Amino acid sequence: MGYTFAEKALARAAGLPTAVAGQVVDARPDIALSHDNTAAIAKIFRAIGVERVAIPEKMAITLDHAAPAPTPRHALNHAEIREFVKEQGIKYLFEVGRGICHQVFSEEAIILPGQLILGSDSHTPHFGWMGAFGAGVGRSEMAAIWATGELWLRVPESIRVIVTGKLGRGVTSKDLCLAIIGRFGADGGLYKSVELSGPAIEAMSLESRMVIPNMMAEFGVKNACLPPDEKVFEYLAKRTSNSKSQTPKTKTEIESNAIHPDADARYENEYTVDADSVELTVACPHTVDNARPLREVKGTPIHQAFIGTCTNGRLEDIAAAAEIVQGKRVANGCRLLVIPASSEVMMDALRLGHLQTLMEAGAVIGTPGCGPCMGNHMGVLAPGEVCLSTANRNFRGRMGQTDAEIYLASPAVVAASAVAGMIADPREVGG
Amino acid sequence: MGKVWKYGDGVNTDLIFAGKHTYTLREPEEIAARALEDLDPNFAAAARPGDVIVAGRNWGNGSSREQAVTCLKYKGITAVVAKSFGRIYFRNGINQGLLLITCPEAVDAAQSGDEIEIDLPNSVLRLNGRAFPFPPLSSTALGILEAGGLIPHIRKKLGITSTEAVTVGGGE
Repeated sequence: MGYTFAEKALARAAGLPTAVAGQVVDARPDIALSHDNTAAIAKIFRAIGVERVAIPEKMAITLDHAAPAPTPRHALNHAEIREFVKEQGIKYLFEVGRGICHQVFSEEAIILPGQLILGSDSHTPHFGWMGAFGAGVGRSEMAAIWATGELWLRVPESIRVIVTGKLGRGVTSKDLCLAIIGRFGADGGLYKSVELSGPAIEAMSLESRMVIPNMMAEFGVKNACLPPDEKVFEYLAKRTSNSKSQTPKTKTEIESNAIHPDADARYENEYTVDADSVELTVACPHTVDNARPLREVKGTPIHQAFIGTCTNGRLEDIAAAAEIVQGKRVANGCRLLVIPASSEVMMDALRLGHLQTLMEAGAVIGTPGCGPCMGNHMGVLAPGEVCLSTANRNFRGRMGQTDAEIYLASPAVVAASAVAGMIADPREVGG
Repeated sequence: MGKVWKYGDGVNTDLIFAGKHTYTLREPEEIAARALEDLDPNFAAAARPGDVIVAGRNWGNGSSREQAVTCLKYKGITAVVAKSFGRIYFRNGINQGLLLITCPEAVDAAQSGDEIEIDLPNSVLRLNGRAFPFPPLSSTALGILEAGGLIPHIRKKLGITSTEAVTVGGGE
C-alpha cells in the first residue's frame, strides 16, 4: 500500500519512516510563519515560561495585515513585534510594504518543496503551490512551536481532485476554485489533505497555480497541494540564488526533496473536474460556497472593486486588469483599488506600465499588503455598499461593515466590473 | 446545566469575532463583549456562564484567529456542540480548553433556550432529559484539555514548574 502526499510529508517532518492517515505525529516545521499577530503570540510565548525561542532561524514574520499602521494601537503592535524580533534574534522579518506573507515567502524561497510550513494564518495551505505542506494553526500553537520547535498534527485523510481538459477563454484558476467550492461546499474538504492535479493545472502559470491551494482554505482543508514540476524547481532555484538570506540551491537539489504521492496511495475520495465546463464564476454574499455563474449575477451594481490579496494580487492579475481598463475609465460612483501582493509585484507592474494604465483609468494604488481584505484599513466599506473583490473570503462583516456585501471573482472580472460600475463579463467589455 | 444558544450551518470566524477587532482588542472583557457581534447582537449581553452553543455544520470555518474561541471562553460558554467544526477552530478550542463536541443528532434535537448538560467522562450529553452519546476525543486532545489547555500542557512537557501565574490566550 502506498502513501499520500500528506502521509509522506508529515512522516518526514516528524522524523518517522512512515505515517498513515489518522496517526498523530509531533511534526517539526521548517518554517513557522506569523504576521501582525506576532506580538500577541509573543505574550502567550512568555506565559510558557521559556526565555528564548527554540527555532529563531525557522521563524519568519511579515508586517502585512494592517500595514502601514492605521492607528496608534496598530503602530504599537508593530513596534512590539520589531522589539521581539531583535530580542530573540529571529531570522526573517519583512517590514511594512514588503508584502503579504504567502507571496513574500514564495518570492524569497524560504520554503521549498517537500517541507512543512505552519502558520498562524488560515491561508498557509498556500505553499502547496510548490508541493510544500502548509497548514494554518492558532496563536497558542504558534507559541508552542516557538518554545519547542514542534507541534502535534493528525495526519489527514486525502482527497484527490483531477482537473481534466482545458480552461476556456477568460476562465482562470480563481473560477475553477470557486466552482469547486460551490459544487462541494465550504466543508467539502474539511480536515482533509487535497491533492489537485491534471492537465489543466499543468498548463497553468505558477501565479495561477498559487491561487489554488490558497483558495482551498475556503474548502476546509488542512493542506492542499499541486505536483511540483520543472517550472516550480526552476523558479525556486533562481530565487535561492538571488536571495540574500538563502543558500543557493540547484534545480536538481530542490527537485530531489520534492514529495510525490505513490500511485497506489489510499484516497478517501476522488473527484474529476472538467476544466472545459468551468464558467466565469462569482461567489455571492456571504459565503464562498455561494458561488454562481457570472451570467446569473451580471448587472449587480457595485461601489468598490478591489484587486489584490494573497489570492489574486500578483503580476499577471494586475496585468489582466490593466489590459481591460486600458483607455477606459472606472465608472462614476465606483472606485477601483489595486493593492499589489508584494513590493516586487508592484515594481514589476510599475516597470511594465500597468500601474500607469490603471491610474489613468482612475484606479487607486495601495501599499503592498493585505489591504482591506479583513477590514483593518485601506478601503473598508460603508453600510449598504457592495464590493467585488479578488480576495478569498466574503464573510459578512469581513471588510469592516456588517451591512455591506462582498462578491468574489477573478481579477479580469473585477476590472471589467469597475469600468461597468456593475458586475460584468470581461469578454464583453473587451481588452 | 446550561442554556442552549442555537445557530445554523457555516457560522464563520468573522461572525464569531470580527476581523476588524483582531489587532486592537486585548482585554478578556472587551473580547467577550464582541462575541457573535455580527451573528446575534443579543448574545454578548444575554449569555450566561455555563451556557452552551449548539450549531450546524462547519462552525468556526475561516480565520485562524483564536479570539473566535476565547471570546466564548471569556463569556463563560462551557462548550460548543456542532455537526462539524472548522479544522483550525477545533484545534484552537482544544488548545484553549473550550470543549468542542461533534454530535449531529443532538444539534437536530436542540432549540434555543433548552437545558443542556455535558458529561465528558462518559461522552454523553443530556438535552431536555434525553441522552445523546458523542464520540470521545482523541487521547492527545484529552491530554491537552486535562492539562487546562495547550500552554499548561507544554509547560508540563518542558518541566516548567515555576508558580508564576500563567494566563493563556489573554489578548489577541
